[in-house]
Amino acid sequence: MIRSAFVVAGLLVGLTAVLAQSDPIAERKTAMKAVGAATGLGAKFAKGEEAYDAAKAQGIFKVYIDSAKKMPALFPATSKTGGETTAAPKIWDDAAGFKAAFVKFEADATAAAAATTDLASFRTAFGNVTRNCGSCHEVYRIKR
Amino acid sequence: MRRLMVTFVLFVVLGLGGFLVLTDPRVVSPSPQIGALDAPDVENGKLLFAAGGCSSCHARPGQDDKLNLGGGLALGSPFGTFHAPNISPHTRDGIGAWGVKDFVDAMAAGVSPSGQHYYPAFPYTSYRLMPPKALADLLAYIRTLAAVEGRAPAHELPFPFNIRRVVGGWKLLFFDATPFRPDPAKSEEWNRGAYLVNGPGHCAECHSSRNGLGAIAQATRFAGGPDPEGKGWVPNITQAESGLAKWSKGEIAELLKSGFTPDYDSVGGTMAAVVRNTAQLSDADRLAMAEYLKSLPAVQGPPRPAKAGS
Repeated sequence: MIRSAFVVAGLLVGLTAVLAQSDPIAERKTAMKAVGAATGLGAKFAKGEEAYDAAKAQGIFKVYIDSAKKMPALFPATSKTGGETTAAPKIWDDAAGFKAAFVKFEADATAAAAATTDLASFRTAFGNVTRNCGSCHEVYRIKR
Repeated sequence: MRRLMVTFVLFVVLGLGGFLVLTDPRVVSPSPQIGALDAPDVENGKLLFAAGGCSSCHARPGQDDKLNLGGGLALGSPFGTFHAPNISPHTRDGIGAWGVKDFVDAMAAGVSPSGQHYYPAFPYTSYRLMPPKALADLLAYIRTLAAVEGRAPAHELPFPFNIRRVVGGWKLLFFDATPFRPDPAKSEEWNRGAYLVNGPGHCAECHSSRNGLGAIAQATRFAGGPDPEGKGWVPNITQAESGLAKWSKGEIAELLKSGFTPDYDSVGGTMAAVVRNTAQLSDADRLAMAEYLKSLPAVQGPPRPAKAGS
């Protein structure tokens, strides 16, 4: 009895995990929102609206790196439409280019993290890596 | 019976004659000034080139040099596909042989040197607000760029849109050829912004919905609408709740500089190219554009099919 309860519980956990994964549109939106929040903080540092914090600055690049690793898998062919997605069809027409954009984003974020030693170097590095936002959105995102 | 035939033929002739007269592309040249303009200011021309986003349509696709103005970009529309022409200073394939008057006629009246109407996919409907001196500056800047060989493919337009004369009728109905008039009741900054937004910036050309004949629906100017090029939705940039009501002047100027919205989303699609252009303007010009946009009354655009996005 107890064993079967465990099995059911285990199945439920597994099912929840599957369900959570089966909504890639929501998941990629959450990931992009995290990138946006990190960028907002970085912009505050860069503009001097918030005191620069070395650990938090590294945290920004970590968010970029993590999302760059995670994002390419969140665009399965089943998620072209729905959930108010602003994903452009080009993501699937040019899957190689889309993946390459994330490889570049991750590489740029890694380089930015290494190059950041103080606020001045953060400003330059942050400016370089955030250029990826617009260049990728230009091609792989529709207007909204 | 015979009389009826004569009357009929007469009407046809009158109708055709009327069509030809009314759609005549002859230019009432706006400028006795053109011959008497000061030496062109190339720096100002460069600024207007950025503000006007010329390279976003006229740069040759498939290569990275935005100053290669060989043209060829396809622009989709409900009327067919347009191809942006070569506007490099190449004498045969571009506009290298043009004089200032040719350029002013094209930009302010939508008429080519050979006397044909341009389709309003080329936003002379907005560029007309630039005075001849500014246009001469812009032409002088374009002349400093590389001459590129080769012509863009012809437009792919079905009948009757393939007849350029038809554009003459369109102009009668929708083309207002008046130049920019500053509003003396408003600040200098506001007037600068109004000029940049409505003239070279031609923001309303995308950020407005259009009527069945492809003219901007003036009642909902700047209020966004479906993307005429295909998927997606062009945002409302009036002071409506769904528009820029919650944006500060500084936030609008920031978007035009870095492409970031107040919640640090980064604009995509063709607006990314616009930001590459507006990023080249001065902070003062971007703030002036924001000042003007903040003064636009709240206007609801066409309803969005799905519920509003984030």
